[in-house]
Amino acid sequence: MKAEPQLGKLVDGEFLERGLWSDAFRRLIRNRLAMAGLVVLVLVAIIATAASFIDPVERYDPYRDQDYGHIQEGPSGSHFFGTDNLGRDNWSRVLEGVGISLQIGIGTQIVVLVIGLTVGATAALGGRLGDNVLMRFTDVAYAFPDLLFIILMRAVLSGRDWPIIGEPKLQIIFAISFVSWTTIARLVRGQMLSLKERDFVLAARAMGATPARIVFQHMLPNSLGPVVVAVIFGIPLAIFAEAALGFIGFGLPPPTASLGRLVSDGYNFIQVNTWVVVFPAAAIALLMLCFTFLGDGLRDALDPRFR
Amino acid sequence: MTGYIVRRILWIIPVLWAVVTITFFLMHAVPGGPFTQDQPLPEGVLDALNRRYNLDEPLWKQYLLYLWNILHGDLGLSFRGDRDVSELIGQGFFVTAQLGLLAFFFAAIVGMALGVISALNHNGPADYAGVFFATAGGSVPSFVLATFLIIIFAINLRWFDILGWGGPIEWGDTFKASAWDLNKMVLPVISLGVLPAAYIARVTRASMLEVLNQDYVRTARAKGLRERMVVLRHAIKNAMIPVLTLMGPIFATLVTGSFIIENIFAIPGVGRAFVDAVLRRDYAMIMGSTLFFAAVVAVANLIVDLLYAVVDPRIRYGRS
Repeated sequence: MKAEPQLGKLVDGEFLERGLWSDAFRRLIRNRLAMAGLVVLVLVAIIATAASFIDPVERYDPYRDQDYGHIQEGPSGSHFFGTDNLGRDNWSRVLEGVGISLQIGIGTQIVVLVIGLTVGATAALGGRLGDNVLMRFTDVAYAFPDLLFIILMRAVLSGRDWPIIGEPKLQIIFAISFVSWTTIARLVRGQMLSLKERDFVLAARAMGATPARIVFQHMLPNSLGPVVVAVIFGIPLAIFAEAALGFIGFGLPPPTASLGRLVSDGYNFIQVNTWVVVFPAAAIALLMLCFTFLGDGLRDALDPRFR
Repeated sequence: MTGYIVRRILWIIPVLWAVVTITFFLMHAVPGGPFTQDQPLPEGVLDALNRRYNLDEPLWKQYLLYLWNILHGDLGLSFRGDRDVSELIGQGFFVTAQLGLLAFFFAAIVGMALGVISALNHNGPADYAGVFFATAGGSVPSFVLATFLIIIFAINLRWFDILGWGGPIEWGDTFKASAWDLNKMVLPVISLGVLPAAYIARVTRASMLEVLNQDYVRTARAKGLRERMVVLRHAIKNAMIPVLTLMGPIFATLVTGSFIIENIFAIPGVGRAFVDAVLRRDYAMIMGSTLFFAAVVAVANLIVDLLYAVVDPRIRYGRS
């Protein structure tokens, strides 16, 4: 057996450098549950993406292929997930919904990350006033039940044909982001405030580094660990929020087959054909489970003390 | 401590004001009004309706009027049936509170029990089962769980009835046995309670593991105390402190209701009333329920912070 090369030792004339991230990456790969989640997610994402480009994967058009000779059927060779009340193929509709969920889950977190990093860093570095404003704002945001505010925002944005925000998917992404960014902002603020006092920042300042260099080179990379974990955990929450919106009728307008709407539509026929509900509901659970496993793994990998 | 409590209570007022203001202007920014319909109402009727609900005034005047009214305890009239909003919320909340309280007790008991059992069998099979429950239960949304419960237990096995709420709908019925149909209450309570139970289990387990490694537990064991006493008297009591902070938000969300569970099971609670109100642009009802939710959340968080100080003598508020 080959001996593990030791950190900080010269190996082949070079210092073997193993930073926080590569270390975390090795721990993540060893976490079976997290890897299983990642593999399933990648597979599902590939199939869902392929479905929108390659017909043999999608098999049927999720909207137009209506077959009134085969309505409310269970899974079979020609319809993997059965058919709905109009004889539309559930496999293609669920894949469409999975694609939407992934887009909205990840899109929301991108928006949240941008807002949260900016606001959190500004609050931590921009003096007392900015800090106070942010903290009071998050106090108010905490007082709102999340879903309630998302529903209101969604209602405000719906039906408007403003440039960019006119796209319903973006409207939902913004409605969810407006609620979720405070978590990241508070997290970034806390990280930055504690990093500001650390010795390596003091050292950098003593060596004459510009404030911008200190923030972007030294503080930001060091504050990212918990932020990445929070972002990954935010994805299933956003997927849930979107599904919940779709379920109560505030989601993407019909006939778009988002998973929440598929479940709620299926409820009308649950006594006749349970399959219509089972597959989209299972898809939501699968997506959320996989992201949670991945998030758990990442958290353990980045912060080995917490187990 | 008293100063801290007073400050915390006073702080609720600006928070509620902000919530009211944000909701008021957002709500009026929602396209379409309460009386917008496919068949436009005759001019005179519309004018009369607008006058009745003060919608003919400019927005800022409506806003000031609304603030004035809520300061006098008047939440206004719902456009639906012209009924008092506070009365409607009271009715809905009576049902939602039953559901929420039951789900809360379910979550607290199941969550703590699983967490403690997991921690005591650290890395054993019971621990893995507990951790699996905590992870899976925490990431399966309530309505997906409800769906599977309905399919298995209501449709296939026919063990439980669904649709409608099994508890009393009116305050007056609370002590009438005929108003209680426990059979209908099982599935909604479980669907709502599993997610918080998973959270509680996770935190309880982590906290128990930490406490069991503390010196005072070792001391208790060293002096020959029975394991049961060590766990009950020394470990659990201290391990509950972090769990308690979770209880506030969990209690608040459960008691303010789950829109979705109430929708699935056709339970006439506040959550459902809110969704209906947004769909109908029922302004007074939207404002009333938002304000009500925010107040419940604020009070629940306040109580938990205070309990925290009572349970953990190391925490002292008001001194820095």
